[in-house]
Amino acid sequence: MTRASTLVLDEVRLGYGGRTVVDRLSLTVRPAEILVLTGPSGCGKSTVLRALAGLLAPDSGTIRADGEQVVTTSRDRAMVFQDNALLPWRTVQSNIDLALKLGGVPRQGRREAVQAWVDDVGLTGFEDYLPKSLSGGMRQRVQLARGLAGAPRVVMMDEPFGALDAQTRASMQRLLIDTWRTHPTTVVFVTHDVDEALLLGDRVAVLGRAGQPLRALLDVPQPREADVDRSVLRAEILAALNYTELVA
Amino acid sequence: MSSLPILETCPRAVAVIPAEDRASQAAPARRSGSRYLAWGIRASSVAVAVLLWQLLTVNKVRFGLRFDTLPTVTEIVSALTKRIGTEQYWLDLGQSTIRILTGFGLAAVLGVITGISLGRSPLFANIFGPLTELARPIPAIAIVPMAILLFPSDEAGIVFITFLAAYFPIMVSTRHAVRALPTLWEESVRTLGGGRWDVLLRVVLPGSLPGVFGGLSVGIGVAWICVISAEMISGRLGVGYRTWQSYTVLAYPDVFVGIITIGVLGFLTSAAVELVGRRVTRWLPRAEEARS
Repeated sequence: MTRASTLVLDEVRLGYGGRTVVDRLSLTVRPAEILVLTGPSGCGKSTVLRALAGLLAPDSGTIRADGEQVVTTSRDRAMVFQDNALLPWRTVQSNIDLALKLGGVPRQGRREAVQAWVDDVGLTGFEDYLPKSLSGGMRQRVQLARGLAGAPRVVMMDEPFGALDAQTRASMQRLLIDTWRTHPTTVVFVTHDVDEALLLGDRVAVLGRAGQPLRALLDVPQPREADVDRSVLRAEILAALNYTELVA
Repeated sequence: MSSLPILETCPRAVAVIPAEDRASQAAPARRSGSRYLAWGIRASSVAVAVLLWQLLTVNKVRFGLRFDTLPTVTEIVSALTKRIGTEQYWLDLGQSTIRILTGFGLAAVLGVITGISLGRSPLFANIFGPLTELARPIPAIAIVPMAILLFPSDEAGIVFITFLAAYFPIMVSTRHAVRALPTLWEESVRTLGGGRWDVLLRVVLPGSLPGVFGGLSVGIGVAWICVISAEMISGRLGVGYRTWQSYTVLAYPDVFVGIITIGVLGFLTSAAVELVGRRVTRWLPRAEEARS
C-alpha cells in the first residue's frame, strides 16, 4: 500500500521526569516493513514506541513521519498495547467501530467493515462480548483489529503478545502476519523474545543503554519464510543483547 | 485466515458463562428453597417489629422511653388511608418530588461537569478548587437563612439547598474517579486519532461513571435530608412541611404518615439511582454481565 509511513529518528533523547532513558538514538523505519525493536528490560523500547506514537515528546532531537515532525498523536500512527487497553464498557464490535469512526470511515458501510474485521481476527460470534468476558488472546485479537481498522500508516506494537501462553502466542503471530499481508502498513514491534523478533521482522534493532542506544541493526534474510535456518542471526542478536547487559 | 484461531477461542468461551448460571444449574431446588426461607425470615423480622410497636403503644408503656405519647400502628394505618384519599397529600408529595428532582438534577449535571473539569484542568482546579474546598465543610442546611435572604421565593431557596447538598458528594466523587482513570484508555483513543473531546466523551465520562454513581447515591440521600429540613423551616407545601405542620397541631398519626411517606420516597429514588448505576457499569469486572 502506498500509504505506509517512513519514520526517521534523529539524535533523539527521551526520558521521564528528568531521567534520561534513551539518548542519541538515530534510526530509520522503512515504509511497509516490520521493524522489531528488542533489548534488555529497562532499555527504553517502550519509551521509543511511545515517542513514535506521539505520546511522549523527545527532550532533544527530532522524530519525523514522512518528513513531518511528530508533535502529537495522530490516527496515522496507531498503537497496540500489551493488555487492558480496550475500552471495557464497549463490546468487541463497538471497540472496533470506534477505531473506524476515529479513523474517518463514514457511518455508511461501517457496520459491514466492523463485521469484516471481527471475522478477519477470528472472533465471529463474539461481537457483543465485553472485554472482561474474553480471554487474553481474544482481547489481543480485538486490539489487533482495532489498531489496523483505521488504516494507519504505521502501527506501533508494544509487546502485544507478551502476556499470552506459548500456544496462543504462536497463533497470534501467524494472525498478525496474515493480517499485515492483507492490510500492509509499517509496523514497529517491540518484544524481548528473540524468536518472536526473528519470526516477524524484516529487520531487528537491538537497543542498549542510554548514550549507546543502538547496539545492532540486523537484516533478516527471507523474512517470515518458514524453514529458513536463522541460527546464525539468532546468535548475533543474542550476542548483541548479552553485550549490552555486560556493559550495563 | 479466519479459521486458524478457532482452536484457541472455543474452550475459553465456555468459561464465559457467569458463575451464577452454573450454580443454579447444579442445585436449583436447594437454591430456591433457601431463598424462600430467607424471604420468610426477612418478612417475619419486619412483622415482629411492627407488632412490638403496636404492643408498646397500645399498652402505653413508659419505661424510660414514653411510648404512651406515640400513635399505635392501627391509628397510623387509618390516618394513612385517610390521607392518601385527600388531594393535599398528593400535592405535597408532588411538590417535594419536583423540588428534589430539580435540585438533584442540577447537582448531577453541574457536579459531573465541574468534577471532570477539576480532575482534568490544573487551571480550573486552581480557580474553582479553593472555593469548593471552603464551601464544602458547611452543611447545606446551615445555608438556609442565606438562601431565604438571597432568593426571591421560598421555592428557589429550597431547590438551592437541595442542589447544594447533593452537589458536593457528586462533584468530589467525579473528581476522584477522573483522577483515578488509567491513562492507557486515553492513550489508546488518542493513538486511534481521537482528539480532546473524543477523550472526554468516550473515555473520561464513561470511565468515571462507577465513581459518579457512588456520588449520586450519596447525593440523593443528603438531598432528601435537606429538602425535608428546608421544607420544615420555610415551606408552604411539601411532605416535610406537612409533617412538621401535623406535629404543631398535635396530629401525631399524621406525623407518622409523613415519616413513612418520606421513607418510601427516599427508598424509591435511591433504588432508581442504584438500578441505573448498575446498568451503566455492567462492564466492571465484578458486575454480572446480563446476556440474553
